Amino acid sequence: MTLHTEPVTVNIGPHHPSTHGVFRMRVTFDGENILDVEPVIGYLHRGTEKLAEERQYTQVITLTDRLDYVASMTNNQAYVLSCERLLGIDPPVRGMYLRVIAAELQRIVSHLVATGFFMQDLGAFATPLMYAMRERERILDLFEMLCGARITVSYMRIGGVFQDTPEEFWPALGRLLEELPGYVDELEGLISANEIVLTRTKGVSIIPAELAINASLTGPMLRASGVAWDLRKAAPYDVYDRLSFEMPLGEHGDNYDRYLVRIREIRESIKLVQQCVEQIEPGAVRATTAMLFRPPPGEAYVPIEAPKGELGFYLVSDGSIAPYRMHIRAPSFVNLSVLREMMVGWKLADAIVSLGSIDFNMGEVDR
Amino acid sequence: MFGLGLLKGLSVTLRNMGRKPFTIQYPENRVPQHPRFRGQEFTWYEDRCTGCASCAKYCPLGIIRIVTDTDGGNEQDGGSYRVDTFDIDQGRCMYCGLCVEACPYDALHMGSNFEAAQYERQKLVITVDVLKERDKHPSTWFRPQLERGRSDPFVGGSTGWQEAGREPFYWHPKRPGQVPEDLGKKASADGEYD
Amino acid sequence: METQLPERNVLYGWVYDAVKDRLGDDWAWLAYALGAITVIMVAVNAFLLLGTLFTWIERKLVGRFQARVGPNRAGPFGLLQPIADAVKLLFKEDIIPRRADRLVFNVAPIVMLAPSLMALAVIPFGDRTFVADLNVAVLYVVAMSGLASLAVLMAGYSSANKLALFGSMRAVAMLVSYEIPLVMSILGVTILAGSMSMVAIVEAQTIPYILVSPIGVLVFLVAISAELNRPPFDVTEAESELVAGYLTEYSGMKFGVFYLAEFANVLLAGAIFTVLFLDGWEWAILPSHVWFLLKVMTFAFMASWVRATVPRLRLDQILEFAWKFLFPLSLLNVILLAAEVIIWPEPSAGDLLLMAAINWIGAIAAIPVMARIVSLSSKPVGLIAPEVR
Repeated sequence: MTLHTEPVTVNIGPHHPSTHGVFRMRVTFDGENILDVEPVIGYLHRGTEKLAEERQYTQVITLTDRLDYVASMTNNQAYVLSCERLLGIDPPVRGMYLRVIAAELQRIVSHLVATGFFMQDLGAFATPLMYAMRERERILDLFEMLCGARITVSYMRIGGVFQDTPEEFWPALGRLLEELPGYVDELEGLISANEIVLTRTKGVSIIPAELAINASLTGPMLRASGVAWDLRKAAPYDVYDRLSFEMPLGEHGDNYDRYLVRIREIRESIKLVQQCVEQIEPGAVRATTAMLFRPPPGEAYVPIEAPKGELGFYLVSDGSIAPYRMHIRAPSFVNLSVLREMMVGWKLADAIVSLGSIDFNMGEVDR
Repeated sequence: MFGLGLLKGLSVTLRNMGRKPFTIQYPENRVPQHPRFRGQEFTWYEDRCTGCASCAKYCPLGIIRIVTDTDGGNEQDGGSYRVDTFDIDQGRCMYCGLCVEACPYDALHMGSNFEAAQYERQKLVITVDVLKERDKHPSTWFRPQLERGRSDPFVGGSTGWQEAGREPFYWHPKRPGQVPEDLGKKASADGEYD
Repeated sequence: METQLPERNVLYGWVYDAVKDRLGDDWAWLAYALGAITVIMVAVNAFLLLGTLFTWIERKLVGRFQARVGPNRAGPFGLLQPIADAVKLLFKEDIIPRRADRLVFNVAPIVMLAPSLMALAVIPFGDRTFVADLNVAVLYVVAMSGLASLAVLMAGYSSANKLALFGSMRAVAMLVSYEIPLVMSILGVTILAGSMSMVAIVEAQTIPYILVSPIGVLVFLVAISAELNRPPFDVTEAESELVAGYLTEYSGMKFGVFYLAEFANVLLAGAIFTVLFLDGWEWAILPSHVWFLLKVMTFAFMASWVRATVPRLRLDQILEFAWKFLFPLSLLNVILLAAEVIIWPEPSAGDLLLMAAINWIGAIAAIPVMARIVSLSSKPVGLIAPEVR
């Protein structure tokens, strides 16, 4: 007697504890195997690109904070670099070093959050998440010292950063850099050798390198598939050409490799911050610009390596105080395009974990 | 071998059990903030404000409303506008600090509070009377002169209007009693003197 | 009537003697009834109270493992937190879906909790402290634990919810698969002790059986975690990808009974573990009840520790683990122990130590081999072509 089964389409749906924001998937199952995945986005659309057309260039910085709300510093950096290209000015060297310090600290924060929530999706009952959040708190305290806010920072301005660091910042940063590798080791000891994590994530949702390149993936997803492409090395901005670091690569492009690439990138970021601390010199931190500047008509696009991938702001100026058009190339939006190839054929439990390993952020996807 | 990684994980958890918890029990204890914290309870010095409304122009959300009136009409001789209405809608404010950055006279500063919740939305709009009478505890955000003077909004009493500004208080050479010593010095973009 | 020898159960004997002295021999049946009721009341209440206390212990412990404080606002140290939870659940509306099978829906929580209470009857909590000393106690306990899977099935089937049914089917598949290794490991202990009575097993452990049969302990611990739906096997309750599994449609105190049954079952499993492997209530200095409680709390601590550390496995990996790894291991355990008991029929302490040595060598040899066989034989999971139905 043959058993008749029927595929069923289920909504995993915008309100869900495991979907990293308001993200909806319409999944077609056969039993527990996934046959088809259709992502539905747009639940967090706030009209950022349209709002930017009505605000001055400096006011748009506050809008950009809220795109990838986990990693605000790098959003600011990408936007400010594009504006500086439009204006044709260069920030002073100390400003660039401060930007790199802030961006690398932000990368650590973002990867900690990604790892914590990845383990939460695996079911580890919030313990790695709590450890990751504890480390994140220390870095957020540093951000508060730098610019008065922890998450929506608005730290960078066109021409540098908005103000120099307070005196307490450097000893606190030194203390953090000493303690952080130990904590990352502890977090890794809880996860990397754990057999259950290995069983559930190794070999699951493999993205081969060719598919990754064809789908325009960037960031840790691309590097986990074995493609050595990092914008900090390929097209250096700020002072990255004076700093040396390695690029962690994965081999297979499965969930485990994506997690491993992120943990290793945390260590590389710590090294980068240490080099910046050694190389930085006193000086001005902000190039003088007018309050309401009008860039000459033109366009600019300077992509950066945000923690989630390649982030870039395409700005078109028509000579007025507000951008004529701003388009955001959000890494999470592009990274989500391989969802079907990642998930079809695997099981429901793997789907949730794969979502966690992509590490997308709906603020960016929906803008 | 199956199990060694799990045992390592178990040892990590056990070690964390011995450490002090990272929790801070609010409301008995609070997380200490840095003086640069951008918080609620804006500090406004009426004596420094001229009613130029740069803050209102620079706010990305447009929540500052300023209505001024001429104060006897002697602007040419050193008078300033009288500020009749200065409403800041804290319910929609995102505490970005651009208004503070915009103020040329260092009249508006960020505060350092985060607990000014109200039961009604209308009460979140602070008016010019509230701003006038409040204790002045300016945050050192974008005010390098306060930071150099080691001012701390959480400690000590009100900061007077003379100490709060980058430039010495002078509006007009004709204003009696205030001879500017630093006449001719300009503050640079990040607040330092050139 | 006198199925209980009064000197074997202290509390019962005390009540029995007191009533009989006051009222005379004609009232022996009343003495028996009162004695029985007293013992049962004490046992059941203690068990349920300890169950609620365990919810508090677990939340505090997991909080400490995660570098945070557990509940500490409801009462001193948060000790009134379980009471707050219970009061909250009592206040909630009791929703029964319109198309649900009312009788089965209402009875399912009872079927979940009652077998745990019934299994309490045979466990000796201390020296001469038990409700009944059945000479097939082990079989009785295993049968009672099997009823828990029936409750899961009833709960999922009677909610008129396809996803709840789906969840309960998966849960039952897991529970049934892990019963066999569980029973086999208990069988090993029975072979060693030569009797199925719990009291006799405790008295036969001159050396705690945790040292003597390591494979049995390992299999028992893993299998009982699966039976209890604890991490890493908590697919049924915490894998809320779709919904909350078989508990979806339950609200209010019915959910409270499921919740309580789950935590109380952990304590029951700890009690069984203590009796079978940790030498029950033996070891002097402290009173025997205190020792028993300490040993049960050790098990509870380990359960919380594992819960705070370990992520969960996928369902097909869980089933694979049960059938391919635990089942052959438990068979091996039974064979080894049976062979040893044939060689040394009445093991003394020295014989037990020798058996322990052989078993440990067997464990260290067998487990890596089994792990290798399992990993070689399992085909790469996933990427099933859609045509395969």
